Amino acid sequence: MPDTGIGASVRRKEDFRFLTGQGRYTDDINRPGQLHAYFVRSPHAHARIKGIDRSKAESSPGVHAVFIGADMAADNVGSLPCGWVVTDRHGEPHKAPPHFPLARDKARYVGDHVAVVIAKTYAQAKEAGEQVQVDYEELPATVNVTAALASGAPQLHDEAPGNLCYDWVLGDEAEADAAFAKAAHVTKVDLINNRLIPNAMEPRAAIGEYDGGTDSYTLYSTSQNPHLLKLILCAFVLGLNENKLRVIAPDVGGGFGSKIFCYAEETVCTWAAKKVKAPVKWTGDRSEAFTSDAHGRDHVTHAQLAMDENGKFLGMKVDTTANMGAYLSSFSTSVPTYLYATLLAGQYTTPVIFANVKSVFTNTSPVDAYRGAGRPEATYVVERLVEVAAREMKLDPAEIRRRNFIQPDQFPYQTPVALQYDIGNYGQSMDKALEMIDYDGFPARKAASEAKGKLRGIGFSAYIEACGIAPSAVVGSLGAGVGLWESAQVRFNATGSVTIFTGSHSHGQGHETTFSQLVSQTLGVPIENVEIVHGDTGSIPMGMGTYGSRSLAVGGSAIARACDKIIEKSKKIAAHLMEASVEDVEFDNGTFRVAGTDKEKSIAEVAFTAYVPHNYPEDVEPGLDETAFYDPLNFTYPAGVHICEVEIDPATGVTEIVDWVAVDDFGKIINPMVVEGQVHGGIAQGVGQALLENCVYDGDSGQLLTGSYMDYCMPRADNLPSFRVGMTETACTHNPLGVKGCGEAGAIAAPAATINAITNALGILSMDMPATPEKVWRLANQHAQAAE
Amino acid sequence: MYDFNHQRPASVDAAAAALDAAGDGKILAGGMTLIPTMKQRLASPSDLIDLGAIAGLKGIKEEGGNIVIGAMTTHAKVAGDATVKAKIPALADLADGIGDAQVRNRGTIGGSIANNDPAADYPAGLVGLGATVHTTKRQIAADDFFTGMFETALEDDEIVTAVAFPIPEKAAYAKFANPASRYAIVGVMVSAGPAGVRVAVTGAGPSVYRLGNAEAALGGSFSAAAVKDISVSADGLNSDLHASSEYRANLVVVMLKRAVAAAG
Repeated sequence: MPDTGIGASVRRKEDFRFLTGQGRYTDDINRPGQLHAYFVRSPHAHARIKGIDRSKAESSPGVHAVFIGADMAADNVGSLPCGWVVTDRHGEPHKAPPHFPLARDKARYVGDHVAVVIAKTYAQAKEAGEQVQVDYEELPATVNVTAALASGAPQLHDEAPGNLCYDWVLGDEAEADAAFAKAAHVTKVDLINNRLIPNAMEPRAAIGEYDGGTDSYTLYSTSQNPHLLKLILCAFVLGLNENKLRVIAPDVGGGFGSKIFCYAEETVCTWAAKKVKAPVKWTGDRSEAFTSDAHGRDHVTHAQLAMDENGKFLGMKVDTTANMGAYLSSFSTSVPTYLYATLLAGQYTTPVIFANVKSVFTNTSPVDAYRGAGRPEATYVVERLVEVAAREMKLDPAEIRRRNFIQPDQFPYQTPVALQYDIGNYGQSMDKALEMIDYDGFPARKAASEAKGKLRGIGFSAYIEACGIAPSAVVGSLGAGVGLWESAQVRFNATGSVTIFTGSHSHGQGHETTFSQLVSQTLGVPIENVEIVHGDTGSIPMGMGTYGSRSLAVGGSAIARACDKIIEKSKKIAAHLMEASVEDVEFDNGTFRVAGTDKEKSIAEVAFTAYVPHNYPEDVEPGLDETAFYDPLNFTYPAGVHICEVEIDPATGVTEIVDWVAVDDFGKIINPMVVEGQVHGGIAQGVGQALLENCVYDGDSGQLLTGSYMDYCMPRADNLPSFRVGMTETACTHNPLGVKGCGEAGAIAAPAATINAITNALGILSMDMPATPEKVWRLANQHAQAAE
Repeated sequence: MYDFNHQRPASVDAAAAALDAAGDGKILAGGMTLIPTMKQRLASPSDLIDLGAIAGLKGIKEEGGNIVIGAMTTHAKVAGDATVKAKIPALADLADGIGDAQVRNRGTIGGSIANNDPAADYPAGLVGLGATVHTTKRQIAADDFFTGMFETALEDDEIVTAVAFPIPEKAAYAKFANPASRYAIVGVMVSAGPAGVRVAVTGAGPSVYRLGNAEAALGGSFSAAAVKDISVSADGLNSDLHASSEYRANLVVVMLKRAVAAAG
C-alpha cells in the first residue's frame, strides 16, 4: 500500500471539510433555548472587590441572571486546580492559592473574571455587563518577576508570602561548584525568554447544558483533552459524579497548549446551565483571548557553562525565575521545572548540571504550557550558552557542538538531569544540516551581503526535546496528578470498515489522516474505510488528550496495540474458517493465509463472520472491537539541528531570514507532508518569538499594552523564508511504531537559531528577544561605532 | 457595539442633510477605523451615514492635469488603476502598501484622510504631492487640511467628495511599516512637479508634516547627493512601544533617501 500507507504523503482527509467551511467548531453549535454569557472582567491589575451591585444589570432587557463569586461559593464550586505538585528545595509542596472561576475577594489581573451576565442574546448580556457596578479598591500591581520578588512588592495571595510559588532545585550544587572550580573558561549569559500570547485561530468557546431528566450535564468546549477537562471539572471543581458530565470537543482550531487547561469560562457555563435551566454559551472574542488565554514562556535566566581548555563542557549552572501569572493554571508548575530543567543537558555530555528555578506570582494572566512548554526555554538557554562559548573560545560553532555531542554508542544515555535518552545520532544531523546550508560557502555569502550594505549572520540550534509525555510512574513520582497513557478502541464494523476511537485530540495536527494511514497499513483495509473519532467523552474510552507531541508516540501506539488485538482475535476466527490451527495462520496486508497452502480469508470476511457467527469457534466471543491502553516506557527524544541565515539592513535594523535548514530526527515517519507542515508551523512560531512577538504589561498599572494585533505582532508569510527541511532517522527504541513526535520541534529550535544568527551578524555576544528592528539598529550602530 | 441607525443616502446632498439632522451622526466610508472603534465601544454614534450607495463618489479620472480620485474609491482601486499607475506610480505604490488586502478592498481615500490617523499613509501622499481636497463646501489645499492628530480642517457637516492630485514629474513613497499593524512608523513621500518640490512625512509626528530642510536641499538638486548629509532631530517625534523618537528620526532620513533614490 505505498500510496496511502506508512511513509506516504497522503493529503489530509480532514482538509476537505475545513477548506470548504464545513468544519464544526464549538461556536457553530447552537442548542435549543440557549442563552449567552458575557463575563465582566477586571479593568484593574490588582484590586480588592469591596462590593458588587448587580441590580441594574439584572433588570436589563433579556437578562436571566447575573452571578458573582459568592454564588459559586454558595454552591460549593471549588477552585480551578493545578494538577502538578512541585516539591520545593525544602521538601515543601508549592504554594497553591485558590483560583476561583469568579473572583471572590480580589481581582488579580486585567481580565480576571468578576461576574457573568446570562441573557437571551450576547448583545444583551454585554449591554447588561456594563451595568454591573463593581466597587474596586485599587491596589498596587506587580507584573515582572524581579519586581514581584523584591521586598515591599505588592502581595497577590496571603498563601504565598513574597509572591513566591516555589524555590526548586535539580542537581547537586556542590558538584557543580567543584566542576566550575576546575574550568579553564566559564561562559555566562543573562537571558529573558519573552512572554508570548498563544493566539490560536479559533478563540476559546463553551456551551454548558443541563438535563434535569437525568440530572446530567454536557459541555461543548474547545479543549485539547476533553477527558481531562471532565475529570478536573467533576472531581475538583463542580463535585459531580463523572458519569454525569459529557464533554465534547468538536473541531478545534488550534491550541498550542492554550486549550489544555481548565478555564473559568467553561466552568461557569456548565455550572450556570443548571441555575438558569437553559444551555449557556460563551464564545471569546479576540480581546478576551489576549487577556484570558494562558500565556507562555516569561523566564528570566542567568546561566553559566564551565569548559576545559578544549571547549569540552564540564558543568552548567542555571538560575531561572519564571512568571506564573496571577494564579496557577492547570499544569503551570511543571513547565519551568520538569519540562525545562530536565532538558538542560541538550545534546551534550555535560556531566554536572545544577538548576534553581523560582516561580513567582504577578498581576498578569496565568502562564502555562505553550508549544514546547519548558523545552524551548531550555533549548534557548543551552544553545545561547553554547554559541557564546564558541565565540569566547574562538571555536567554530559546529565544532564546539561536535566536541560535546553524546555519541551514538553512548545510548541509552543517562543525563545528569533525570532523563535517559534512548537513541539519537546528533553528529549525523549536524553533518546533514551543514551540507544543506553549504556552510563552507558562508564566507562568500557574507561578503556578497556586505557588498550590498547588509550584515549577514549564521546561527545554529542543536535542540532536543522530551516528547510523548510520558511514563505514568515517572511523572507520578515527579508530582503529576494524572497518568499519561493513552487509549484506543478499534472497531471493525461488520461490513469491513473500521472506526477508531482515540483519546488523542486533533486540533490541527492531522490525526484523521496519520492515524488512518497507520490503521490502513496495519489492518490492510483501504484508507477510505477508516474513520477516526475523537473529542467526545460519551463515545471514547478514557483518554489523556493531545499536548507535548504525544499523539502518535502514545496515542498511535495505543492504536497499534489495539490493532494487534484485532489481528490476534481475527486469526482464531480465520483459523476456524480455514480449518487450520491458529499457529499456522499468517496475516499480511489484510489477508489471513494458512502457511504452505492456498487457503486464504480476507480480514473483511473474518470481521463479517465475527458479527454473523454462524460458523464460529466455540471459545471466541463474537464481535471485533478491541481496546488498548498504552503507557509509554520512556519519553521520546526528538532532536535535530536547525541553521538560520539572516541578512540585516543596518540602516533600519530590519532582519530578513534568508535561509533556514531544519534537519530533524523524529524517528519513523508516517506522513512526511504532515510532519513537514508541523516543522514549518513550529519554526514560524519560534521565529515569531525571536523577531516579532512580545507580550508587554505596563509596569505601573499592570495594563496589557499589547492587547490586539495592532501591537502584538504575529509572524506572517512575508516574515519567513521558504524552509528547507531534511530528516535523519533513529527509530525510538521503546514504542511499537519507532516514532518520536514532531509538533513542537520547530518552536523549540527556532528562537536560539535566530538570535544566534543575528548576534553573529552583528558581531556581538547577546541580545534579548524579540529582535525588533529598533533593537537591532541600536546594536548595529553601537557595534559600528565601536569598530570605528 | 451599541445600537445605531444606519442610513444609506443616494446623494451627497442627502448625506449632508442626514448628517446635519442626526443627533450624533458619523459618516461611514470604508469603516476600517470607525467599525473597530464602535465594536470596542469607544464610539457610539446615533447614526451612521453610509456613503456606499453614492455612485458619484467613486472612481478615478484625469482632469486638467490632475488625477481626481472620488472619496469613496478604495485603496485597492487606486493601487490597481491604470491611470494612476501611469501618471503617479508613487500614489499607486502608497495605496498598495496600506494595511492588508481586506483593508485595501474596504478602506477609502476619503475615509482615511478624514480620520487623519498620524500613522496613515494617505496624508503623506496628499501633502507630498500637493493635492487638493474637494468637499461638499469648498476646496482645501492638503497643506491646510491636516491640522493635527486625528484633526482636519473639515467642519462637522462637511463631507470629502474627492481628492485632486497634480501629476508630478517625479515622485516616490518609502514606508517603514509597523510589523504588527502595518501602519507607517515612518512614511515619506517626495515629489517634484507643478506643486514644487515636496517632502511629506507621516507616522513620525503627531500629524503629517513637510520636511523643510530636505525640500530646500532637493530644490537645489533633486538627487541622492542632495540629501546625503541631511539630518533630522528627534525632538517632537512620536515615541511608543514600537519605535522611539530617535529611531523614528533615523527612519525619516533613511526613508527620505530611499524615496529620493526611487523617484530617480
